[in-house]
Amino acid sequence: MTTRIERRFAELRREGRAGLVTFLVAGDPDIPTFERLLEGLPAAGADLVEIGMPFSDPMADGPTIQAGNLRALANGISLARTLEIVRRFRDRDGTTPLVLMGYYNPIWAYGRLRFLDEAVSAGVDGLIVVDLPPEEDEELCLPALERGLDFIRLATPTTDDRRLPKVLQNVRGFLYYVSLTGITGVKEAVAEAVAPQIARLRRHTDLPIAVGFGIRTPEQAAAIARVADAAVVGSALVAEVAAHLDEEGKPAKGLVAAVHGKVRELARAVGAARS
Amino acid sequence: MTIANSLRTGPDERGRFGLYGGRFVAETLMPCILELEAAWEAARRDPAFQAELDLWLADYVGRPSPLYFAERLTAELGGAKIYLKRDELNHTGAHKINNCIGQALLAKRMGKRRIIAETGAGQHGVATATVCARLGLDCVVYMGERDIERQQPNVFRMRLLGAEVRPVSSGSRTLKDAMNEALRDWVTNVETTFYLIGSVAGPHPYPAMVRDFQAVIGRETRAQMLEKEGRLPDVLVAAVGGGSNAMGLFHPFLDDREVRLVAVEAAGEGLDTGLHAAAMLRGRPGILHGSRSYLLQDEDGQVIEPHSISAGLDYPGIGPEHSWLKDIGRLEVTAATDREALEAFQLLARLEGILPALEPAHALAATKKLAPQLPKDTLLVVNLCGRGDKDIYTVARHLGVEL
Repeated sequence: MTTRIERRFAELRREGRAGLVTFLVAGDPDIPTFERLLEGLPAAGADLVEIGMPFSDPMADGPTIQAGNLRALANGISLARTLEIVRRFRDRDGTTPLVLMGYYNPIWAYGRLRFLDEAVSAGVDGLIVVDLPPEEDEELCLPALERGLDFIRLATPTTDDRRLPKVLQNVRGFLYYVSLTGITGVKEAVAEAVAPQIARLRRHTDLPIAVGFGIRTPEQAAAIARVADAAVVGSALVAEVAAHLDEEGKPAKGLVAAVHGKVRELARAVGAARS
Repeated sequence: MTIANSLRTGPDERGRFGLYGGRFVAETLMPCILELEAAWEAARRDPAFQAELDLWLADYVGRPSPLYFAERLTAELGGAKIYLKRDELNHTGAHKINNCIGQALLAKRMGKRRIIAETGAGQHGVATATVCARLGLDCVVYMGERDIERQQPNVFRMRLLGAEVRPVSSGSRTLKDAMNEALRDWVTNVETTFYLIGSVAGPHPYPAMVRDFQAVIGRETRAQMLEKEGRLPDVLVAAVGGGSNAMGLFHPFLDDREVRLVAVEAAGEGLDTGLHAAAMLRGRPGILHGSRSYLLQDEDGQVIEPHSISAGLDYPGIGPEHSWLKDIGRLEVTAATDREALEAFQLLARLEGILPALEPAHALAATKKLAPQLPKDTLLVVNLCGRGDKDIYTVARHLGVEL
């Protein structure tokens, strides 16, 4: 049996193009607006959707996504509600792969096995948990794999050839290459520096490789799309959400259209990158 | 040699103390943490490193610190015989420098020239800045904006020492947010930077490494008490925020089961007001800043902002080893409120001529309640881990005095 993630990357290969992975924070800026954002992402050109599970202390994130986390928490998001949102999305869309990204403590507090079971039944395809390196695989990675949930690992510029096999050991779905040492949304990815790293990773794995951190503009996304299987854009989209809030922090008119417009631009650039 | 049933052998090879500890960090940091672990393992076994450290502790820090019989405090409380372990007499005025010297020497050994640190009360920041000045290392200290407001003297001291103090405006703008920001810096500058963590928190090997550097407090106390009284103390009392001064005092006594170990958390405005920093008494196990430990968090696993008059105790977690020792019943945990700490601060000033920092003032407040219940031949040691000069503005404000 193939998974949604495998099927989507197989389609992309057939089409001869890279994919666009969009990241938004669940419940940002509020739950109803987020659901409208999520619902329209596939039509706007997102090939995979990644949703952040908000945490009060997102240590790997820069100011943009930190602010998104805090907005969502202030407006009542929780892990239980995030799973409900995924369930409603999955009722309407059976094909777009959906990956949850976050930090371990909310999952641990929820009950890790309960979370995994509910994530599977809600239609989640994969998990990215920033603060669970391979050394802690027993916590969540192995029980996730047992349940058929992909565990997507981050490889970074500091993951050398000696360590790479350990990082790749239990990865399923795709490998997420962090294009730079740092946090989200601060520095910019340089495709020339990423290309040799992707080539290095490909010597160790046949998994699709998505590249994220520091990809903001259609041009940057296109440059990454020429060397990787997918480009992940997060902070730029969360910044678009933030740019469309009124003085009280409520969503202003045009927020949803603006974010989807940005996704469309990025998708066009990614789709045309190799032609 | 490993002693059967010893409590002093932890952590295991995964950095765990039972359920607690571990390495819950981003992949970017993992190679660096493994490198640090290897470097630390080599250094601790290297007699030359230990000899260098001992020399610094003696000639620069001023160790050993005295174990002082607090005669008037003992008479006032009318119970246990109270000794103060005078780590506030160390250079820079707190126990923090014991660990800073150790880690900075390790950083040099590893070829890292840039040091980052987080600080709450500023004591760890000052100690780090001091050591970096002396060793010629670059130093950046992250400090919450709220702590900067209430610890102005320490901010100025750090700047005088050549450190860059970077204000942190995220979250509750206190110690936990400073630690988040330090981790973000580390992940960005991992190749060049050594993260000098000030407490027995963070990912393995930090909790064990910081403990080992601070254990000099307990080793000295042990020898000094044997010399003065001919036997071990009966009760050890220490304040806990992250827990480094307490673990430093307690660890050499873990296997002496007859010695009571009392950790005092910050009860803030009261344990049932929601405004406190009592991770062990009011928190649940959780994962923050690289390790699992008791943590103040809500039902959804979001970290609750702590509260304490003492910036050094204003942290939502506690070290993993404390968490484990609490669960197995080796550690007694109690708490003191802001008000009780202020009273103890003034009591020690008047009776012994010592201004304690607000952190050990919590340990003194607990001692005020505990000592009268104990027989007069009970030997009780309070870890006086910092001096109160840095806190006079805060204390004055609470007493309605304008300086």
